[in-house]
Amino acid sequence: MSTSLTIADVERIAALAHLELTSEEKQLFTKQLADILAYAEHIQAVETRGVAATAHVNVHGVERADEPKPSLDMQEALANAPDGAPTSGLFRVPRVIG
Amino acid sequence: MTSNTSGIVEIRTAVASGDISASEVCRSALAQIGSANPALNAFNHVADERALASAAAIDRARAARGPLGPLAGVPVAIKDNMCVRGMRTTASSKILDAFVPPYDATVVQRLEAAGAVIVGKTNCDEFAMGSSNENSAYGPVRNPWATDRTPGGSSGGSAAAVAAHCVPLALGSDTGGSIRQPASFCGVVGLKPTYGRVSRYGLLAFASSLDQIGPITRSVGDAAAALSALAGHDSMDSTSSAEDVPDFGAALTGTVKDVRVGVPRAFVSDGVDDSVRRAYDSALDVLRDAGATLVDIDLPHARYAIPVYYLVCTAEASSNLARYDGVKYGYRSPAAAEDSLTAMYSRSRDQGFGAEVKRRIMLGTYVLSAGYYDAFYLKAQQVRTLLRQDYEQAFERVDVVAMPTSPIPPFKLGEKTSDPLQMYLADIFTVSVNLAGLPGISVPCGFAESPKLPIGFQLIGRMFDEATILRVADVYERATEWGRHAP
Repeated sequence: MSTSLTIADVERIAALAHLELTSEEKQLFTKQLADILAYAEHIQAVETRGVAATAHVNVHGVERADEPKPSLDMQEALANAPDGAPTSGLFRVPRVIG
Repeated sequence: MTSNTSGIVEIRTAVASGDISASEVCRSALAQIGSANPALNAFNHVADERALASAAAIDRARAARGPLGPLAGVPVAIKDNMCVRGMRTTASSKILDAFVPPYDATVVQRLEAAGAVIVGKTNCDEFAMGSSNENSAYGPVRNPWATDRTPGGSSGGSAAAVAAHCVPLALGSDTGGSIRQPASFCGVVGLKPTYGRVSRYGLLAFASSLDQIGPITRSVGDAAAALSALAGHDSMDSTSSAEDVPDFGAALTGTVKDVRVGVPRAFVSDGVDDSVRRAYDSALDVLRDAGATLVDIDLPHARYAIPVYYLVCTAEASSNLARYDGVKYGYRSPAAAEDSLTAMYSRSRDQGFGAEVKRRIMLGTYVLSAGYYDAFYLKAQQVRTLLRQDYEQAFERVDVVAMPTSPIPPFKLGEKTSDPLQMYLADIFTVSVNLAGLPGISVPCGFAESPKLPIGFQLIGRMFDEATILRVADVYERATEWGRHAP
């Protein structure tokens, strides 16, 4: 497959990634991401039929019993919020519904 | 007495015997930071008062004849992508400029339980994404050997702080070389443990299948002492291993006569600077003269390590960094009150993240998106399997694999910033180690001349066999004097 990237592609990816890019950033990333993806195309040359995918290298199981334990205090958990409402235990966000 | 050039073991011994107090050691480290840091920008934050209070507590414990930990009184710097409760932790990102963690990373807990004294947080590439430290929102770190050069990255501040004798130990994190490459560039020792050997709880995640915390020190013996304190299972990190933790200091037996060293000649044949090539060849000679057997090996898929790495790590990063949304912590765009919720997310993220972080989120989002997942992400994971198998086959015939750490000596600040792909290509000898989950160590092995710039030699081991790479690195260090040079 060939990798050609347009500004529209970059805008679509930025929307998926929740990034509001400036027009300069869109121009720059269109070129840079195309260069990187063209280089990444090298892996297409590797024969991988029947090869399992490695998502992680853990050799042991990573599951544990689901036992309730104390967690962060609510006030502490809210202390870093840019718009927290610690007394009511809430994070405030812009209006979502009408 | 000790000085700022003393190592971990020396300081601990002197503090325990009463030759020097932990408070004196701490004041001396803080003074050195005060004099060296303005030119280096290695620290994002220096915690003078907290450090002096911790040191005083060690001194009180000694006076009361209480037990002293294995790192008692040792000043330590922490890369600024690891949480220290109550101490600003930014990952060198504007998006976390005001973040104060409500908990300690497990490594921080373990260091303090061992008696180490945390002196501050070190500068790094934003969210550990970079190979030159130029992606920090707080300005680049400068190499102590030549301040117009990069100290490497992403743990550049940690490596520079150790090289400049500010601290004998600093923690780094290594996702694709971020401990080993800056250690190489700054002429110090950097150890990336096996994936899972050290808990990642409290490390701000970049690529969770690759990230690993490890020590940067001035000697192999100090790296062994630090790893002994850091390693072990942690119930807060389900990927941390229950594997036994040996006494890594005791593993340094001083002999390599039984060791077979794998040399991937084809892989290290191209694109390696002459100064690096000479230093690497000489290092192999030193090991052979010490009694090790050199064995040619082949890693046929290693040449694909860069694309595989940058497809896998950006995919994981795009997912991990979704949490920075201007709601629970971190920066929120001031205009947000007028915005919709999604506009607030997008604007906060665009203003809060730097260029390289955005580039990687974009790349990762692209390779995970419909139509590209199979061709890029899945394919990369399959080649990752083949790369792991290359190493498994090599380790049937050898005990360690030797490579340069970086194909080039420290480059000039600004030299590669306009071309991200060129920057990525310089990671060729480090990234495959993370993809395979193996331990790797970089030790000083010489200098490029005019200007004099450090070069690193990398030893890679089997999973959970840090003991052997430490042993070989220690023999190499004792047979040479590169680690005794100072900037």
